[in-house]
Amino acid sequence: MEQVIKTEKLTKRFGDFIACNELSFEVGKGEIFGFLGANGAGKTTAMRMLCGLLKPTSGKASVAGYDVFTQTEKIKMSIGYMSQKFSLYDDLTVSENIRFYAGIYGMRTKEIKIKTQELLDELQLQNEAKTLVSALPLGWKQKLAFSVSIVHAPDIVFLDEPTGGVDPVTRRQFWDLIYHAADRGVTVFVTTHYMDEAEYCNRVSIMVDGVIAALDSPANLKKQYGSENMEEVFYQLARKAKRSDN
Amino acid sequence: MKQDSSIILTDINKTYNKGKLTAVRDISFSVEGGELFGLIGPDGAGKTTLFRILTTLLLADGGSASVNGFDVVKDYKQIRNCVGYMPGKFSLYQDLTIEENLNFFATVFGTTIEKNYDLIKDIYVQIEPFKDRRAAKLSGGMKQKLALCCALIHKPDVLFLDEPTTGVDVVSRKEFWEMLKRLKAQGITILVSTPYMDEANLCDRIALIQKGEILSIDTPEKIIQSYPVKLYALKSSNAFKLMQDVRDYTGTETCFAFGDALHTTFKSGEEEILNYLKSKGHNDVSIDLITPSIEDCFIALLKN
Repeated sequence: MEQVIKTEKLTKRFGDFIACNELSFEVGKGEIFGFLGANGAGKTTAMRMLCGLLKPTSGKASVAGYDVFTQTEKIKMSIGYMSQKFSLYDDLTVSENIRFYAGIYGMRTKEIKIKTQELLDELQLQNEAKTLVSALPLGWKQKLAFSVSIVHAPDIVFLDEPTGGVDPVTRRQFWDLIYHAADRGVTVFVTTHYMDEAEYCNRVSIMVDGVIAALDSPANLKKQYGSENMEEVFYQLARKAKRSDN
Repeated sequence: MKQDSSIILTDINKTYNKGKLTAVRDISFSVEGGELFGLIGPDGAGKTTLFRILTTLLLADGGSASVNGFDVVKDYKQIRNCVGYMPGKFSLYQDLTIEENLNFFATVFGTTIEKNYDLIKDIYVQIEPFKDRRAAKLSGGMKQKLALCCALIHKPDVLFLDEPTTGVDVVSRKEFWEMLKRLKAQGITILVSTPYMDEANLCDRIALIQKGEILSIDTPEKIIQSYPVKLYALKSSNAFKLMQDVRDYTGTETCFAFGDALHTTFKSGEEEILNYLKSKGHNDVSIDLITPSIEDCFIALLKN
């Protein structure tokens, strides 16, 4: 399988504090990769390095074939990013948001028009094109934010707790979108606090105290830790954490 | 309604934007003294509106409510003295230290940290090593514990906790619920909201709430018992294909992924389903009749 994320002993120190300690892993094209960890384990630091937003202290890593030390601008053009906290502009309409993001990623006007229509059809938001995003229900916003984050057909999309706060049906519809994107070859790198969602990933890594404590398919992890579900696996690993943010 | 109820709401209504947006509609329920009661629902369900009305920070458009026998409109001063409130958004003083924040809230309520230390001890010892750190510099888990201490420092009769575990990892969530159990054991009435359906089982009673209306209100056990149909868990090695095929099957009523299983309800019998799935090439499917979870119940109630 083609590897779109490769890290080798990727490390980030802040003074004496080692936020990420020698992370080594690979993520394949089209894979749904769950990136879990307790609060304070180092997830956000790792994600920021992979997105080209934070320079690592040592080690090696490439994302979409580009080096995280020297080619961060190329990385930013090849990835999508969505988080629950930051996603869309509330005071722009649905189609303005699409146009804005597509424009930022350098898409041509003609291309943007076609893509906008496609996106509205796929999300069944045709009648809401001129609606301000602030007026949309949270579930619609999240689906739109996800679609916008992959509007420029990136190789990889990073999703930082994308499904917080929505009802259980909407949460599952969101995962349908993730599966469709992965099916089209987009690699999905996702963090979540919902442990049932960890089971929907092809592989899952669990960070504890700055290191990757476990990395495998959910089925293998459950077998290895003799657990019924991913929540128990996570609990076994994360409760040993010395450095937590509690 | 019983007189000894600690919290009573009768036909509470609230709209925003000059009536254009209904936050809660005709909400009535009561919470008994010493009960741990959960409001379970997604963002926009109206949970925070109810908290703000009950803590006398917001006036309802209609209906009445009381806390500890005091009316939320007439007796707001008494209510503010006998309740603790931990809002969903961190609301302590960022430029005060842990100890200063706690001291401040104790003083406002005319008490001292020493006087009620017993109540917060379990929680406070976990953050005490950092007591000289400013609140702005605390991590999420520490802020959460400090906010709980500040809400408890005047020994309230009723504790309101608005989404205390949102965005918190599994380990910290478990710890937090352990703390709530210990507080409940001391006789404090607790109204807590959460978007995590699995936390419902830790409450004495729950209200499932969506778009400003209560879908169901009872003990978790009774809500589960009232699930209307048979629920099956289907598993196979190819979970994604299984989901697509089950959804295409005409005998399928509903089908939702739950971890590595598909929770499914059918119009037809087990035998027929297995035959259909075999014809689709699923040879390793397991199908088990299961007890629904609160999340299954919530989904079923959304459908109606």
